[in-house]
Amino acid sequence: MFYRLSGQFRTSYYEDNRLIGEKLERTVFIATMLVASIAIPLVASPYLLSAVLIPFLIFSLAALGLNILTGFAGQVSFGSAAFMAIGAFASFNLLLRVPAIPSLLAFLLGGMCASAIGVLFGLPSLRIRGFYLAASTLATQFFIVWCLSKVGWFTNYAASGVITVQHVAPLGFALDNHVSKYLFVLVVVTTLTVVASNLMRSNIGRSWMSIRDMDVAAEVIGINPLYAKLTAFAVSAFYCGIAGALYSYAYVSTVEPDGFSLDLSFKILFMIIIGGLGSILGSFIGAAFIVLLPIWLNVFFSAMEHFSGLKAPSGITSNVELIIFGGIIIVFLVVEPHGLARLWQRAKEKLQIWPLSH
Amino acid sequence: MKHFYKLATVLLSASALLAAPACADQPEQYIPVLSYRVGPFAANGASMFSGLIDYLNLTNAKGGINGVRITFEECETEYNTSRGVECYERLKDRQGGASVIETGSTGIAYALLDRLPQDKLPMTTMGYGRADAADGRVFPWVFPLISTYWSQAAAMVEYMAQQSGGMDRLKGKTIVDLYHDSAYGKESFPVLDHYAKEIGFNLIKIAIPAPGIEQQAQWLQIRQAKPDYVILWGFGVMNAAAMKAAARVGYPREKMIGSWWAGSEVDTVPAGDAAKGYLSMTFTAPGSFPVLEDIKGTLYDRGKGNLSGDAKFGSVSHVRGIVIGILMTEAIRAAQQKYGIGRPVTAEQVRWGYEHLVLDEKRLGEIGALGLIPPMKTSCADHEGSGAAMVQEWDGTNFIPKSKGWVAGDRALVRKLAEQSAAQYAADKNITPRDCGKED
Repeated sequence: MFYRLSGQFRTSYYEDNRLIGEKLERTVFIATMLVASIAIPLVASPYLLSAVLIPFLIFSLAALGLNILTGFAGQVSFGSAAFMAIGAFASFNLLLRVPAIPSLLAFLLGGMCASAIGVLFGLPSLRIRGFYLAASTLATQFFIVWCLSKVGWFTNYAASGVITVQHVAPLGFALDNHVSKYLFVLVVVTTLTVVASNLMRSNIGRSWMSIRDMDVAAEVIGINPLYAKLTAFAVSAFYCGIAGALYSYAYVSTVEPDGFSLDLSFKILFMIIIGGLGSILGSFIGAAFIVLLPIWLNVFFSAMEHFSGLKAPSGITSNVELIIFGGIIIVFLVVEPHGLARLWQRAKEKLQIWPLSH
Repeated sequence: MKHFYKLATVLLSASALLAAPACADQPEQYIPVLSYRVGPFAANGASMFSGLIDYLNLTNAKGGINGVRITFEECETEYNTSRGVECYERLKDRQGGASVIETGSTGIAYALLDRLPQDKLPMTTMGYGRADAADGRVFPWVFPLISTYWSQAAAMVEYMAQQSGGMDRLKGKTIVDLYHDSAYGKESFPVLDHYAKEIGFNLIKIAIPAPGIEQQAQWLQIRQAKPDYVILWGFGVMNAAAMKAAARVGYPREKMIGSWWAGSEVDTVPAGDAAKGYLSMTFTAPGSFPVLEDIKGTLYDRGKGNLSGDAKFGSVSHVRGIVIGILMTEAIRAAQQKYGIGRPVTAEQVRWGYEHLVLDEKRLGEIGALGLIPPMKTSCADHEGSGAAMVQEWDGTNFIPKSKGWVAGDRALVRKLAEQSAAQYAADKNITPRDCGKED
């Protein structure tokens, strides 16, 4: 009734090539962006901005990066956190050692460093695939974190290996309060998301998907697997690198090798598995699920304790939260193995014919 | 759907209740507790934060701080920086604002470093964190109380010198630093390097990559070097593995000195008999103290203890938490003495209290903690307060004091290193150090 596709005709190439083809979806997207960029900074509390929305956006970007590699190009990777680390450390060192470098350029170059290392560690993908490739990306994860903590130069010889980052002002926009950090992250994430959606509709995106679906067939129809796989690694690592730089500069304001552990890589992988492999929206939904649900459970349980006046023995609630979190993951994967994005897709199909059933 | 509404109503009303100001007659002082009871370091974290809560409960049971009740709220960080920042942001403004933060995690503490001056909130980092934060002129909001890593390393060398019969006797000796191959493991380097050069002992650094279950190669190297002492700057499962490996190659555990993160029951019990005789540093003395008896009598005997099992009562981690609580309440008490007794104080005033802590033997005796921690006195410039530590020995079932009282190394050296490092930090971050002569 409300979500109708009928009556929308595309009469020019411009209309046909639009990123968001349907009118209603376009309206919703613009409205979301307006809310996110104007209403939320005006009304949201510092807590919501700095502790919930900023990490959500940053992890969404990292998940999107991994989704490009795993979801779209079909190359499983456990190294996303390592690429985030490279982005963060490269930006830090560029800002530290290159005099008067614009911070935006430092972030970009940081992402490109991650990209270069990504290509290097993507080389094994030319010979091995599937779980074997996943195991080889583990090497990326361990090597990068080990290297960053081993070589003092990267951490500028900080005694504890945790460095406090510099204050930056990309394009004269000082990242010194919650609102400015949030807006900066929002702009970067939105831009990169739009770029990613366009990439997926382009020549290169289609070559990734054909490699994912059947690499032999892709090669037969003239796609160069070397080029396709390595560009996927490069773009994916770039996205993760930028996410790492944002994580350090706009969220925790520190850089530490141990912060980018295998644990984080797994978390990002879970985000795209739960959100939906090969779906841009899925990266966001998955990040929301993994980042926000534990926080929500924690808030919920402390509120329940307060409300009921009952005090659970210490440590019990923390463990119960983990159990419920794990339980919900299993339930969702059983109900919809293709991720929450697929759930949304199905809801959309239902909405289009609602209130009729066929 | 019906259920959903029900749930939502419950949730909404619950959060409304949380947001409502506490309408008690008694004035209140709020402390957020950023704990980790699950995750990789839960074994230490659960006991430590229970200790802190136990002491706060004990204080309340005795009528609060000059009549001011302490309220606290717990948030699970899982020792994860991202979660820790979220907890901090969530809790800091509750109930009239937080008084002080203690995270028990280096990563989270560093992430909060920049937020503290904006929020005007002091943070303690007991036994971890930046050693150069002892320089309060550059780090006005951070308090690495009692002893920093550098003080610990200096105290280790001092203890070895005492055992050998003087600092000059260490000359020509061989000391192995078996360290966790991480930033934490390297914390001791500046101090140990300095001593090795000054005194002239042979320092061999041997890294153990995390997690450190396999240490055969390293202990072979140690056996060849025949060191007079082995420093175990370890963490987690590596510690018990090192003790077992030492037993296998026949290296006396009495010559092994662990850092304080290698010195709790979590480390020694898994090593079984191999741990017997093992030494470690500690900034809280082992044994029984009136304040522990008090907590047992007032809380645990009435089933109000915070630990999930009484077995961990009085464990090293538990006592560390209690000491965090003691220092928090003492800082608030000091602040009250300046800004109004029996009234809640602001976080800024609590910071003043932390800078004017005087825990001499008399005061420690009054709170039943005489001998539990070294006497300490903080100031605007000195945020550490003591710099001493104790050497404890594992006798197979308990830790017992090994060194005669508290051991402190070359305080001037540690201070010099801290000031140098802090000055570097100030230069990097464009911070103008405070002039402590002008502070009251």
